[in-house]
Amino acid sequence: MASRVGVVVFPGSNCELDVVEAVRGLGGEAELLWHGDASLGGVDAVVLPGGFAHGDYLRPGAIARFSPIMRAVDAFASDGGPVIGICNGFQVLCESGLLPGALQKNAGLKFLCKPVVVRVETDTTALTVDVRVGRELRIPINHFEGNYTCLPDTLAELRADDRIVLRYTDNPNGSVDDIAGICSAGRNVVGLMPHPERACHPLLGSTDGAPLLRSLLVRAGALAA
Amino acid sequence: MRFAVLVETRLRDGVADPQGATIERSLPALGFDGVSGVRVGKAFRFTIESDDAAAARAEVADMCKRFLTNPVIEDATISVEGDGAT
Repeated sequence: MASRVGVVVFPGSNCELDVVEAVRGLGGEAELLWHGDASLGGVDAVVLPGGFAHGDYLRPGAIARFSPIMRAVDAFASDGGPVIGICNGFQVLCESGLLPGALQKNAGLKFLCKPVVVRVETDTTALTVDVRVGRELRIPINHFEGNYTCLPDTLAELRADDRIVLRYTDNPNGSVDDIAGICSAGRNVVGLMPHPERACHPLLGSTDGAPLLRSLLVRAGALAA
Repeated sequence: MRFAVLVETRLRDGVADPQGATIERSLPALGFDGVSGVRVGKAFRFTIESDDAAAARAEVADMCKRFLTNPVIEDATISVEGDGAT
């Protein structure tokens, strides 16, 4: 059976079909997973998509961790399975403790929706295994709470362990150390604010998101590196 | 016993509060000069069944740490009716 990417749908998610479309365009298989289900159905990779899970009530991502599927995601991640959180999905990963730190309101207090350039800082994560370090990618952001912050000790640890996956070349939101994406200690869980699924077709203005999602497919065993 | 609880959460000192900063910058336009240190937060009011005020406070503190706040960026002040302390 071919490797499959499961894209979790929470009430309020709104980028799930974009991810499915992008994965299929890259030659992978993708399917939607409902947040109320307790099982991942045997998928080989998980994506938590952008949107407003549970209406962003309390804080973005704060309620999603109570969705039954998150227990399965947690177990999958603990076993080393690749899990990617994009935008609101990144917020969910931080709130559920799969990634450290938090995403606060953009420093300029503006909702930002525009292409930005990010630099790939490591090629040993589930999202960058097929990308050269130092490569700059032009990918859209679309968020109000994307200003990554963490305790000084956490930042030191992220730097020391090479866990900063993507950095903005021109910081749009005030994120500490220009962080656009980080990974877990096991390097299999990655959260990022930019939307690679929105940069996977020439008609969208950029195909720079493709190498990132292709990396995920490589890590999931669907494609050869 | 049932205790009335007020939890106020706000961004921790040192965490940028763009909403607070924007409000602070806007106040002089209405003639409110001399205002500084504006911080925007949330308030939660509820009642809780507990043996005594101390137990209620301990439970609410745990609630804050695990759910009502994100301890990376937020602090909470807990008031329990009849507790005396804040």
